[in-house]
Amino acid sequence: MESPFVTAFTLMQRADPALMQIIGLSLRVTLTAVLIACVIGLPLGAALALARFPGRGGVIVLFNALMGLPPVVAGLVIYLALSRSGPLGTFALLFTPAAMIAAQTLLILPIVVSLTRSVVEDLWAEYRDQLLSLGANRLRAVPTLLWDGRVSLLTGVLAGFGRASAEVGAVLIVGGNIAGHTRTMTTAITLETNRGNLGLAVALGIILMALTLSLNAAAWAAGQWARSRLG
Amino acid sequence: MTAAILPLTLDRAGYAVGGKPLLSDVTLTVPAGRRLIVLGANGAGKSLLLRLCHGLIEPTSGRRRWAQGEARPGAQAMVFQRPILLRRTVAANLAYPLALRGLPRAGRADTVARTLDRFGLAALADRPARLLSGGEQQRLALARAWVTGPQVLFLDEPCSALDPSATRIIEEMIARFSAEGITIVMTTHDLGQARRLAQDVAFLHRGRLIEHQAADGFFAGPQTPEARAFLAGDLIW
Repeated sequence: MESPFVTAFTLMQRADPALMQIIGLSLRVTLTAVLIACVIGLPLGAALALARFPGRGGVIVLFNALMGLPPVVAGLVIYLALSRSGPLGTFALLFTPAAMIAAQTLLILPIVVSLTRSVVEDLWAEYRDQLLSLGANRLRAVPTLLWDGRVSLLTGVLAGFGRASAEVGAVLIVGGNIAGHTRTMTTAITLETNRGNLGLAVALGIILMALTLSLNAAAWAAGQWARSRLG
Repeated sequence: MTAAILPLTLDRAGYAVGGKPLLSDVTLTVPAGRRLIVLGANGAGKSLLLRLCHGLIEPTSGRRRWAQGEARPGAQAMVFQRPILLRRTVAANLAYPLALRGLPRAGRADTVARTLDRFGLAALADRPARLLSGGEQQRLALARAWVTGPQVLFLDEPCSALDPSATRIIEEMIARFSAEGITIVMTTHDLGQARRLAQDVAFLHRGRLIEHQAADGFFAGPQTPEARAFLAGDLIW
């Protein structure tokens, strides 16, 4: 039997269409989920940092705890919401990429919210007097603080990407691992390993690692550059 | 020109945190057009008094009134000991308070360009503000305070982290602001600087305002033993 590594490199070298399709879908799902989580999570985290309301501590603890939400539970929640008898059942989204995006957004959102809150809270302590003096109020301070914390926030966004691209449970439950439709890198690795089809599994594993590594390298370089350039 | 916001009056104003009074019974009038220097030992409440006047904190007892009433007027600015510059360029830092005041983008660019020229910052316009030297940062902070056209400028030990030449530049800027009619309220630890800049002196001791008079009179002969000791301490030191 051929070594799985040889098979893997052959697949990658000739840009196997099934392989490319799986990679494309994985990136589309995860990047969309990251984008949605940022659009919701950055302002929400900043608001949570600046707002004072009863029960604020409880909300902060909840989001911190949700950072450890097991992916299968996130998948289960979205499954129940989207299943035929669920509240969103009429949209028939179960076992589609849209359902996978929803599940991964649920996984990433607590990370983005919690890290944003912590970054913005620290910045606000430092900037408060100066911003109020210049004429800002708390609401107007939100975009200013997000922008000034952009380098630190990038780390949070990246952590979210890492979590979503690595998880299997959520996309498997709501996506169903349907070939050519909802099969991602992680679900394909699970399936192909079980089948003994190690070549494809190894190829996907290598690509997943390379992707994560290069994204982190890019983010680190961007951070270093920003620190030296922006102070 | 908007309506005059001065005089600013504190009427038996106090500020307490957790029942511990940090400022007590401060009654003070800041008239327009003067340079008032606030003196006092560490922890006497100088910075707190400035923040209270500027409206960053609210009195927990007594009242603060501007010429037009108790609402906080916009035509005032404050420069801090360690200025917080935004992680943007020098020009963008100057544009920021103008944007907060709703100035349209085109007008902002004009005002920023004129301000950069006036304060000799034009060559630094595109530099990231956080990478300027300490003296340049404070110069930018003063320019940013000036750009919105304040009637009163509060300065909290603006030179305490600067070397003598940077200090001189800042003092010259303050003198020019004053010559333009901007009222100055400033704290300092440097008695030489206080002598150079003060027209009036307010002396704080343990959260109370115990002396407030013209600078000449204060430096020639303080009325309270605390102020005498404060000035003498500086000479002996």
